[in-house]
Amino acid sequence: MNRREALFSLGAAATASATLVTAGKAQAEVIKGIPAATGISPDHLPSPVRRGGGFQVLTRDTDRQTLAAVFDRLIPSDANGPSATEAGCIDFLDAQLAGPFGSGAALYLEGPLNQENDEAMMGQPQFLATPRERYESGLAALEAYAQSTDGVAFAILSPNRIDEILTGLEAGEIELPDGVNGQAFFELMLQNAREGYLADPLYGGNKDMAGWKMMGFPGARYDFRPYIERRGEDLGLTPVSLIPND
Amino acid sequence: MTIERPRADVVIVGLGWAGSVMAEELTRAGLEVVAIERGKWRDTSTDFPPAIAADELRWHTRRGMLQPMSVETTTFRNRVGQTAAPVRSWSAFQYGWEVGGAGTHWAGMSWRFLPWDFQAATMTRERYGAAKLEGLQVQDWGVTYEEMEPYYDRFERIAGTSGAAGNLNGESRAAGNIFEGPRKRDYPTPPLKDTHWMATYRQTVSDMGYHPFTVPAGNLSQAYVNPLGVAMGPCTYCGFCDFHGCGNFSKSSPQACILPVLMRRPNFTVLTETEVLHAVKHDDGKTAKGVKFVTKDGEEGFQPADVVCITAYQMDNVRQMLLGGIGTPYDPRTGEGTVGRNYSYQTCSSVTGFFPGQKMNPFIGAGALAVQIDDFNGDNFDHSDLDFIGGAGIMGFSTNGRPIQNMNGLRKGTKRWGSEWKSAIGRDYQEAATIFCQGTSMPVRDAYIDLDPTYKDRHGQPLMRLTFDWNRNDIAMTKFTTDRALEIMREAGGEDIMIDNQSEKSWNPYMQHSSHTIGGAVMGADPTTSALNPFLQSWEVHNVFVVGASAFPNNGGYNPTLTVGALAVRAAQAIHQTYVNNPGALVEG
Repeated sequence: MNRREALFSLGAAATASATLVTAGKAQAEVIKGIPAATGISPDHLPSPVRRGGGFQVLTRDTDRQTLAAVFDRLIPSDANGPSATEAGCIDFLDAQLAGPFGSGAALYLEGPLNQENDEAMMGQPQFLATPRERYESGLAALEAYAQSTDGVAFAILSPNRIDEILTGLEAGEIELPDGVNGQAFFELMLQNAREGYLADPLYGGNKDMAGWKMMGFPGARYDFRPYIERRGEDLGLTPVSLIPND
Repeated sequence: MTIERPRADVVIVGLGWAGSVMAEELTRAGLEVVAIERGKWRDTSTDFPPAIAADELRWHTRRGMLQPMSVETTTFRNRVGQTAAPVRSWSAFQYGWEVGGAGTHWAGMSWRFLPWDFQAATMTRERYGAAKLEGLQVQDWGVTYEEMEPYYDRFERIAGTSGAAGNLNGESRAAGNIFEGPRKRDYPTPPLKDTHWMATYRQTVSDMGYHPFTVPAGNLSQAYVNPLGVAMGPCTYCGFCDFHGCGNFSKSSPQACILPVLMRRPNFTVLTETEVLHAVKHDDGKTAKGVKFVTKDGEEGFQPADVVCITAYQMDNVRQMLLGGIGTPYDPRTGEGTVGRNYSYQTCSSVTGFFPGQKMNPFIGAGALAVQIDDFNGDNFDHSDLDFIGGAGIMGFSTNGRPIQNMNGLRKGTKRWGSEWKSAIGRDYQEAATIFCQGTSMPVRDAYIDLDPTYKDRHGQPLMRLTFDWNRNDIAMTKFTTDRALEIMREAGGEDIMIDNQSEKSWNPYMQHSSHTIGGAVMGADPTTSALNPFLQSWEVHNVFVVGASAFPNNGGYNPTLTVGALAVRAAQAIHQTYVNNPGALVEG
């Protein structure tokens, strides 16, 4: 087993041991002395995403095609690197939506929500829906919008037309059907597409560290002592990922 | 079933910096201490070794080390009369969570407050007259910088703080901050090195006649062994510091500095994944008999203790007082009551410039890596002709160059997507540099915290409600200091300059950059205006001590942690040296 395969199998082991840990009903977790276990905590083990596998959340072809059409205008293929989908950003998003990000595990989702009051207070729209639910409704609304305005699937619109729609969404000038807040959904997609492009390749995007090469970020090197006093130099550092290439 | 725990001398609510510091002092004095922490056990090798730590998505973007809003959040409104809304997603609030608390994921800027910060009311009246304080609720801390000095020193020694003295026993030293209060000895470890931007900033402000110094850091410049015998390693300038745990044992934190020793003491116990619901008082209401808690499985229990130390994050300290009936809630209409009074924030602004063709290499960074001037902080400059008090530390920083966090770091007007973004971001990432003004915040009568009438946490207890907006004083202060930062940026040669002055718009937690939220259970010499006496003991329930930035009656132009740590040392020493021998009020009210 090489290092890459070993890392993938770590993630599988984490899933197994995590269920064991939560099986027994505990009293208070009492700790006396230094805990003897030195292995990485199950919930902190890396859990690498395999590109090109089956999809867990984005299971409908239309949704994936719509998303790919959007993502590849947000991050197109050009001289500065591959497109979002070429870099694995759809795989990234699917894995994110299948996990705690998608289920909104960290979010406060209790009501009541008074949109007018709460949006004024917070300076941005508020949601009780999880990110996963927002993608489901948002992608359906984008497709319905294309069908009603252009009479075709969103995914086959021309790049210029997609740019026009995205620009309108970004500016809050396009209203999507079924009460979907188009501007907020644009921001969610833009955030996640660029996250996929710039997060460690461990998470399924940023293939070959293309996003880091574009930005000039050397990755998870974790030690710049040899370089700090080479002030202002082009250091030409090759990026390093948490997941080995071979 | 209710779990009945054996009695402890002291129960500690929340095992972050304050809880760890106090537990170390109290167990060393021989007391039986139980700490209760609602998050999990976390340590360097098991939770953030180098193979796990250098991960921006997990730790910064998804905030893997912060308290989730689903566990507990805060509601917010600008003014009395409005209906507060809950903070549903990640915001400026960065509450600690799990063993180590915010002390695990903090950036490490390790400041002593100025002598003026502790006595802003008295010193302002003396220098400018009482009219200068009009409209503000500024009050002294009941402790002076001089009295705090030994406790600052102790915490710096535990933390291994890197820096250079600027005032050694009254002797001014140009390598350090000449405006700091007198210190008895130099820092434990020398200052960190300069990045390209820091060197540029240092030269620029020096040429302008100001007094630059390296920000004192909890990112250690060299290996160090602290007084507890714990060894730390040198900082590698890795750039994955704030929001992240440190895999190099280089960041001052409970894990790196205290827990290896504390955990080995037989008279110390931690209950993890166990949340304190509230303190329980004896029938006479004069003392607490312990705390009620709930485990992760929903089992309720009771921890009896002779002393209760509440050492959670600032907002939760106040909440714990209100839920346990410790002290009298503050009423902004009458000005009476003290718990919830004098909430303040940290008034901040920034000025970003671009340096064409330069390589800032922003990925070389550490959480506290910065050069600052204090020429416009506190009362270090004459306010006679100015319509405010206070000021800001003005720093050129190199804290991180993480790509997702910096993906919008573009020249103004540049598109955030498409080929335009792709070609611009590689250039602007290297050419951008920012000056940050970290300012004081002064209390006013209608900025406060109380229990929200509508929203509840996962256990059905009310959330905290914050009522806050920028006040006139702080708006004027930040306008002044932002103008100074702008002059520096122009002098440094920055182009396409962008200003972000947060006080130009109404405050809300999604707009801000600082996690420094303070006050609400403030210390002081007057029980009618402070919830705690100068030893952080409740005026009304004398065996309850509440330690954290919640005790600050006003905010200095600095990060809060070193002052929290120093106050924790002082409170713990008062408990084991005086209180346990003769329980009662340590100060006459």
